[in-house]
Amino acid sequence: MAAQSTIEQREPTAPARTPAPAARRRGSAGGGLLRFVQSTWRPAAVLAAIFVAWWAVTAADLVKPYLVPAPGTTLDVVLAQTGYFAHHTWITTYETILGFAIAIVVGVLSAVVMVYSPTVEKSLYPLLLFAQVIPKIAIAPLFIVWLGFGLTPKVVVAVLMAFFPIVISTVTGLKSIDPEMLQLSATMGAGPGQTFRKIRFPAALPHLFSGLKVAATMAVTGAVVGEFVGANEGLGYVILQANGNLDTPTLFAGLLIMSLLGVVLFVVVELLEYFVLPWHASRRTDAATTSL
Amino acid sequence: MTVGNTTTQRPADATATGAAVEIDQVAVRFRTKKKDVTALRDVSLRIEPGEFVSIVGASGCGKSTLLKLVSGLLRPSSGQVRLHGEDVRGPRRDIGYVFQRAALLEWRTARKNILLQAEMRRLPKAQVRQRVDELIAMTGLTGFEDAYPNELSGGMQQRVALCRALLHRPPVLLMDEPFGALDALTREQMNVELRRIWRETGTTVLLVTHSIAEAVYLANRVIVMTPRPGTVAEVIDVDLPVERDYGQTMSEPEFARATGRIRDLLGATTTAE
Repeated sequence: MAAQSTIEQREPTAPARTPAPAARRRGSAGGGLLRFVQSTWRPAAVLAAIFVAWWAVTAADLVKPYLVPAPGTTLDVVLAQTGYFAHHTWITTYETILGFAIAIVVGVLSAVVMVYSPTVEKSLYPLLLFAQVIPKIAIAPLFIVWLGFGLTPKVVVAVLMAFFPIVISTVTGLKSIDPEMLQLSATMGAGPGQTFRKIRFPAALPHLFSGLKVAATMAVTGAVVGEFVGANEGLGYVILQANGNLDTPTLFAGLLIMSLLGVVLFVVVELLEYFVLPWHASRRTDAATTSL
Repeated sequence: MTVGNTTTQRPADATATGAAVEIDQVAVRFRTKKKDVTALRDVSLRIEPGEFVSIVGASGCGKSTLLKLVSGLLRPSSGQVRLHGEDVRGPRRDIGYVFQRAALLEWRTARKNILLQAEMRRLPKAQVRQRVDELIAMTGLTGFEDAYPNELSGGMQQRVALCRALLHRPPVLLMDEPFGALDALTREQMNVELRRIWRETGTTVLLVTHSIAEAVYLANRVIVMTPRPGTVAEVIDVDLPVERDYGQTMSEPEFARATGRIRDLLGATTTAE
């Protein structure tokens, strides 16, 4: 429908699709809130339905409260000990963000080196793959032995988890540059640094961001795995403790906060992408209308 | 940086030979996994400053390879390529290059895409701004400066690419099937505009094309190439007036003669298929 009307409006001789692109961009920015609501109400509804189902199951006494606590009970546990939960959430958040940040720096840098040096790529790839396939839960105890009970082993596990998707996506992004673009750059007398900054890196950003979104959720998992193996604080510790005491409300609270942490980090990355890549194909109004 | 010069005002070009482009006994061989491929063999050409030369030939005959040689993006396996009397040994900056696809950066507006050329060359901003305005007016992009590539039609995108290629007033402009992806009508419009732009700038142009009409309408000389391994089959002088009205040119006997001759050559060399 929309496509049809634009064709009718177009003058037969006018070569361009949109006579006022500036106005269109402004318009799409103003409709941002509306589109946010349009795109979020469905998942929000599904989430609400799950909570209602959870509440209904517990309210109808279908399962024993010590197996599945009611949503209200879980919330009460959190409200009764806000300080306790805030502290442990903060610890896990800190480990996650630190691990994620280090993974971004190390991941992007190694991707760049690998793209520019085939020798490094060939030598590093097996190692990279090895680091990815080895179960983190299995090597986490080793990190505790090596690095102690503190923050470091958790951050290391988080880095290990988050690093791989970042490297792979950045390598793919940097390699998928149109070779003509690089030739063009050469005829402009651009050095490798200029070509990288102005052409290659920005072109790789859409790939990089999809890697970052995966990595953000992996970082949370990494931090919690680290805590499971040996810790005296953090959400992983909270869950282990609650499990040991058969304290399912605290266990559920810990799980929910942990999931929320992953979701928040994911949304932050997505928001960042929204502002960094306003030009990307996924953001075009045509694409938005077809997805509705 | 002298922004005001054109080919006619470049005495430096007149070193040794005076030709804008010289290709001397050039051959290009590629080695693939299965076999060695000869893309070009025994190509010799001489293009004078300010000339408009079209190159036509069957697909895969090495037309684009020829442009890559002139720009220094590719080195010949044997023979020599000279630009303004200088041996080409690596990518040259004193050329403008237009590809079949506009090759625009999606995240930059039309104006910013044109300015990429200036940024890479570190040209002074004040001078460049005026030059960009000039080019935008010359190519009919006025009103679309702030549009992003995805908001522009194919023809408009190619205009942006042309502006980008002309920004630094290159003495030689290399065009690799620049209008190949456009519809027939837009293509004719672009032909007329390119002819006008060429006359306004005085740049030497090498145009690779699949369209015989386009080749003849635009050029002073048309180089017809043989299929792979490509070499020059014949060079056809186009004896048409400098002032070329599109419709009128099409009905000139000289236009019919030139296109007919090219068609014969290309037909004769492809009947083997």
